[in-house]
Amino acid sequence: MNTGINILETRGLRKHFGDLAAVAGVDLNFGEGELTAVIGPNGAGKTTFFNLVTGKLKPTAGKVYFRGRDITGLTPYQIARKGISRIFQITNLFPELTVYENIRVAVLSKMKETAKMLTFDRNLKRANDETDRILDTIGLSDKGNYLCGVISHGDQRLVETGVALAIDPVLLLLDEPTGGMGPEETDEMVKFIRGLIEKQDITILLVEHDMSVVFSIAERIVVMHQGEIIADGKPYEIKADKGVREAYLGEE
Amino acid sequence: MGTGKWVGVFAALNIRSKLFWIIIAILALALIPFYLGDFLVVFVTEMLIMALFAISLNLLFGYTGLLSFGHAAYFSVGAYTTGLFLLRVSPSLPLAFLLAIILATLSAWIIGFFCVRLDEIYFAMLTLAFGMMVHTILWKWDSLTGGADGLVGIPRPILNFFGLKIGLSSITNYYYFTLIIVGICIFILWVIVNSPFGLILKSIRENHERVEFVGISMRRYRLFSFAISGCFCGVAGALFAPFEMSIAPDIAFWTKSAEPVFMSLLGGMRIFVGPAVGAAIYMYLKEIISGYTELWMIYLGAVLIGFVIFLPGGIVGFIHRKLYAVGEETP
Repeated sequence: MNTGINILETRGLRKHFGDLAAVAGVDLNFGEGELTAVIGPNGAGKTTFFNLVTGKLKPTAGKVYFRGRDITGLTPYQIARKGISRIFQITNLFPELTVYENIRVAVLSKMKETAKMLTFDRNLKRANDETDRILDTIGLSDKGNYLCGVISHGDQRLVETGVALAIDPVLLLLDEPTGGMGPEETDEMVKFIRGLIEKQDITILLVEHDMSVVFSIAERIVVMHQGEIIADGKPYEIKADKGVREAYLGEE
Repeated sequence: MGTGKWVGVFAALNIRSKLFWIIIAILALALIPFYLGDFLVVFVTEMLIMALFAISLNLLFGYTGLLSFGHAAYFSVGAYTTGLFLLRVSPSLPLAFLLAIILATLSAWIIGFFCVRLDEIYFAMLTLAFGMMVHTILWKWDSLTGGADGLVGIPRPILNFFGLKIGLSSITNYYYFTLIIVGICIFILWVIVNSPFGLILKSIRENHERVEFVGISMRRYRLFSFAISGCFCGVAGALFAPFEMSIAPDIAFWTKSAEPVFMSLLGGMRIFVGPAVGAAIYMYLKEIISGYTELWMIYLGAVLIGFVIFLPGGIVGFIHRKLYAVGEETP
């Protein structure tokens, strides 16, 4: 699948919080259409890495390139518009809007309809169809009218994913999509992520603690430990890696 | 054919139908000069102006999630611009209003540019500070604004409506003029809150960080909301100057900024017409209580505290919940 141009590339990426180097010089390349899992113990710097890529945090040093272009230091909305979307580890949605409206906000953003003030929102047919389509994709068509704050945790994770997908991202960052889910919900989510790679031309980065999830869907695994990359390779290579076993897998 | 039509009529007559209430409200307001005396028409005119003021502020407060304590500034810019234009330049109401709208929007845009960078209490404090600055300017710039005395003898000119000349000096005519302008403005604001833009404002209220990650510049949309809100507060101010015929800097004081906030809380900030109903109740209570005692603020304050604690969604919010059972829909 790798076409030669990297979708995402980081060079010497660092983030310091006081004396702590949460991300301590990360050089990574991600090719088009790859599904890479980033694993590592708590505090390894995985979420910080996501925050640096999506503009939530500004790096202390280093560069982030998206499709060959420098995006270091851009604001989150500029980065999102270029085609990087994410879900958050802790569900981060619009609680007092309905499920439908949550998705719709992202759909309107993608269609560049957000500045329309003198048209009724419900009359935008294209946006209606697209919102319905996304609701259908995440399997929540029948829950569109519920307020997002009252639906189950598993459904909220799906809405979170739907919102991230609605802007048609080139690169999707999933921060613990199955976090806090029961086994059945986890299976659903895994199936859903598999479906994404099969149906769409999308590059996915996944942070996940559930190793069964990681080893069942990742094509490549990057292991972080104390802000650094300690291993990077195919799942079977990672399983066999001694350093990884000591730093991480062995702890379980 | 006849049956389908009648079903529609009966549907509109249902008390759950919003159209029913809109028609009742418009009829009641249009007929007011026929069944109320001049004194009460004056009172209702002011109510309408305050309703527009409150609904305009609520675009920012209830819909965008930003609490401003400085919107009397744009109300005053609208009022002083209209007053000064009518007194010193020309007795043309359309031109005075146009200039008032432009200046109110511009001042809201400039002040908003700085304020929308901050959140919550810091935002509120900065709007308060800018509001006090505007108050001080109106109070101290004697040569232009008349200082503490303000502007006196603002005329209510003759309105030339496509050749039809309408004198606005009678309160009945000024009441209808106010009703039409307020009606148009509230209609535009209603379209705005139901537009795609309106949904983006609500999403910013719900989670101003998340909205950036779907590609929306939160600050830009907050600024739009701030400026539009300031613009319509300016219209309310523009209506207020010829209505009162004399204005003083107290209309820019921070207590005036707090009024539309109270009105929104009273009526319900999450329901579009909530602030307008809140305005009517607030002004009615103020009128009644201030007839009995100088200490009306204490009693009004007590009522407000009661509302905030026991009816957090406001009066209209409460009725809306009872009628439509909103919020009880859980999976």
